Amino acid sequence: MAAGGPAKGGQSLAEMRAVSGVPESVPALLARNVAQFPSKPAYREKEFGIWQTWTWAETAEEIQAIAYGLMALGAEKGDYIAIIGRNRPALYWSMVAAMKIGAIPVPMYQDAVAEEMAYVLDHAGARFAVCGDQEQVDKVIEVQETVHCIEHIIYQDPRGLRKYDHSRLHALADVQAEGRAAHERFERQLAEREAAVGYDDTCVMLYTSGTTGKSKGVVLSNRNVIETAKNSSEFDRLRPSDETLAYLPMAWVGDFIFSIGQAYWTGFCTNCPESPDTMMTDLREIGPTYFFAPPRVFETTLTTVMIRMEDAGAFKRAMFHYFMDHAKRVGPALLDGKPVGAIDRLKYWIGDKLIYGPLKNTLGFTRVRVGYTAGEAIGPEIFDFYRSLGINLKQLYGQTEATVFITQQPDGEVRADTVGVPSPGVEIRIGDSGEIYYRSPGTFVEYYKNAESTADTKDPEGWVATGDAGFIEESTGHLRIIDRAKDVGKMANGNLFAPKYVENKLKFYPNILESVVFGAGREYCTAFINIDLAAVGNWAERNNIAYASYQELAGHQQVLDTIQQHVEEVNKSVAQDPMLSGCQVHRFLVLHKELDADDGELTRTRKVRRKIINEKFEDLVTALYDGSTEIYTETEVTYEDGRKGKIKATLEIRDAKVVEPAGQTQVAAQ
Amino acid sequence: MSMIQYQPYQTEDGRTIGNTLMEMKNITLRFGGVVAIKDISLDIREGEIRAIIGPNGAGKSSMLNVISGFYHPQDGEVWYKGEPRPQMRPYQVARLGIARTFQNIALFEGMSVLDNIMTGRLNHMSASILDQMIWWGKAEREEVANRERAEEIIDFLEIQAIRKTPVGRLPYGLKKRVELARALVAEPSLLLLDEPMAGMNVEEKEDMSRFILDVNDEFGTTIALIEHDMGVVMDLSDRVVVMDYGKKIGDGTPDEVRNNQEVIDAYLGVAHD
Repeated sequence: MAAGGPAKGGQSLAEMRAVSGVPESVPALLARNVAQFPSKPAYREKEFGIWQTWTWAETAEEIQAIAYGLMALGAEKGDYIAIIGRNRPALYWSMVAAMKIGAIPVPMYQDAVAEEMAYVLDHAGARFAVCGDQEQVDKVIEVQETVHCIEHIIYQDPRGLRKYDHSRLHALADVQAEGRAAHERFERQLAEREAAVGYDDTCVMLYTSGTTGKSKGVVLSNRNVIETAKNSSEFDRLRPSDETLAYLPMAWVGDFIFSIGQAYWTGFCTNCPESPDTMMTDLREIGPTYFFAPPRVFETTLTTVMIRMEDAGAFKRAMFHYFMDHAKRVGPALLDGKPVGAIDRLKYWIGDKLIYGPLKNTLGFTRVRVGYTAGEAIGPEIFDFYRSLGINLKQLYGQTEATVFITQQPDGEVRADTVGVPSPGVEIRIGDSGEIYYRSPGTFVEYYKNAESTADTKDPEGWVATGDAGFIEESTGHLRIIDRAKDVGKMANGNLFAPKYVENKLKFYPNILESVVFGAGREYCTAFINIDLAAVGNWAERNNIAYASYQELAGHQQVLDTIQQHVEEVNKSVAQDPMLSGCQVHRFLVLHKELDADDGELTRTRKVRRKIINEKFEDLVTALYDGSTEIYTETEVTYEDGRKGKIKATLEIRDAKVVEPAGQTQVAAQ
Repeated sequence: MSMIQYQPYQTEDGRTIGNTLMEMKNITLRFGGVVAIKDISLDIREGEIRAIIGPNGAGKSSMLNVISGFYHPQDGEVWYKGEPRPQMRPYQVARLGIARTFQNIALFEGMSVLDNIMTGRLNHMSASILDQMIWWGKAEREEVANRERAEEIIDFLEIQAIRKTPVGRLPYGLKKRVELARALVAEPSLLLLDEPMAGMNVEEKEDMSRFILDVNDEFGTTIALIEHDMGVVMDLSDRVVVMDYGKKIGDGTPDEVRNNQEVIDAYLGVAHD
């Protein structure tokens, strides 16, 4: 692996920047990187089994060719260019090429169904769409019936597209070739356009995943992106020699900031996996030093490790558990640089040689210097597991409208239950209702074509409502999130209802993949549970329990017993909190299908859409409250190819034991 | 006697179907007293997807084995690329550019997917054993070229994630795909598929159909296949031969075959009076 030479000639990066002044657009950052480290890797992608590398100089040439090619196709300043596909260097280049010619890239979720895609394309008024492969091209062609703004479709992977009508369809390689041929014609014009891109001009438009209603186009300026990238890179002391793996959706603001904002600011290398299935292998081969994943990825990885340990021999298993127990005791303290006794250190050192080191190597985390998780709360056990291995995993809190960063955890102040201190340049205020407001250089410009929503979210002074409720811990200054502000409600008896708080506790059990808690305006709380097929399936295999389908396993008596235990344990834990003890789950059922974004039940970033679930499973919710012990239901499901089908099931509804809140138990005992 | 001459033509979806690649003339194959194939003639044209269908025991696999040169018919001639093909050993047939997959997967279970696929390049290796042992010059160049081809096929069939997995650990559908990969790296001009979709679920069948069409389209490979799933056959093939009890009872486009009374009788059964 080629290590990048950082700043040359003893000059520090900061000094060089001071000399050149802060570049005011992403293309300007690119030019700076080419000047500073032309031969350092900027992108890698595994193709044909080999990691292909592009240096910053080569990257600039590729981007320039795309930019000329787009101009040859008639792309104008201010055009919107949709980018649809999995993380590949060419698509990142297309984004920067669009910025170069004064156009605005709109990365989109590649797994979006045609209908969602139609909305975004139409709303943005995209004239061009750059697609990864045939699947995406097909979707864009399909929506042409309703969306009339698309003039040209460009694709990267020509496979299966040879026979298509090419009057408005172009291979990216051809667009680049055209561009290279036409470079003299456009050279001056491109230089002018690039120079005309200002600090407050739009850099990118990102559509929110939309937990409620239609998604909104968040307009981010160059100032938003560059200031945020600068602040966050300095916060974590990111270096040009860092490596990341780009595998999260390109439409998500996090990927944009990590793979373009911070990568271009710091000059580190972005690595793209060979295919979505090879992510874990590629992660191990690259060994990123800067890594980001939503809690789900860490949960899945931990579940896989635990399942495989269950299958290991007795000696190995004993050794694993012995050293992991030790790591849990002293690992986080060692990571935070707190004092630890010599014997414990020695034991940890041995454990590192025998267990932690090899495990980290298998998972691809050996070189991680800075790791982040965000998007959802992460289970304390899961969080501690990784930290005890010596992986510097931290939490951050952010949203698209803030160009990601609102708060993040500084090294040495990492805890599972907070999301950290305000990021550099960010001001935070808690509203009267408990809602969190922020103001920062990253605060978005506006929602595209939606002045009303913009005004609702951002006040004239620039304060933005996050929609989340939380509070700042006085002793540490760390922010703690309770729940989505509008989800927090009251139960019929006046108790506080915070569904996410209970759902997260449930989801921390490996057997539970997803849960939805009901209770607003009701006498008591109830829950839907989704089992985790990997974990429960493995358990079934080890215990010789035969099952033919997800549905059958989900309805198995022993599975229900296990889930009931989990629910009751959660109830005990919820009862500890005097404010939220009313949120104990009295009745629950295990759903016969996995909640899915294709069915509209989750967002593309896998957040629960409560309203839709409430409507869709109305019969089940009613059954949870009318005392019945089982319910027959039919549910419509959407298959991956868009066809619809129905699944029928009879679900058992169980009562879970609830605990009297701590205060009242004593009274009852007397 | 030369082969049947056809005019090349373009299909609706823009592929070119060329002249006759292989012609079987009055083939009869017997195993002792059992007549597996009775006086069948059929031809395969360049660039087409040709299916052989029929009920169980109709003699389809025997036919495929005659095409592949594994069985030698007692009567009749096999013409390939304009010349009569003499009786050959299987490796000689492979050198002529004919590759196949098997009904009951025939892979090296203990070897990785990549190694299995590399065995398909055997005909493209000419370095001596000594060269290969000292890994120098020609041997190395050949290995690199072969690996490149193997990787292109791995990419084409989207099996990057299992490149280094031992074949024995793979599920059935993926093994089938690996077998197809091994046949494809040989760069065959005629690809024989023996029940490529047997035992697959709907999704796997859709994937496999897609790959077969893509192979034909991207590499221009002529494909002859045996398949039970009528829906798949009718969708994929340019022309279909129908066999029953060792005899040919129909030959033509899917539409022609579908409306052939004899074919309908053979599949649905007919009252014998």
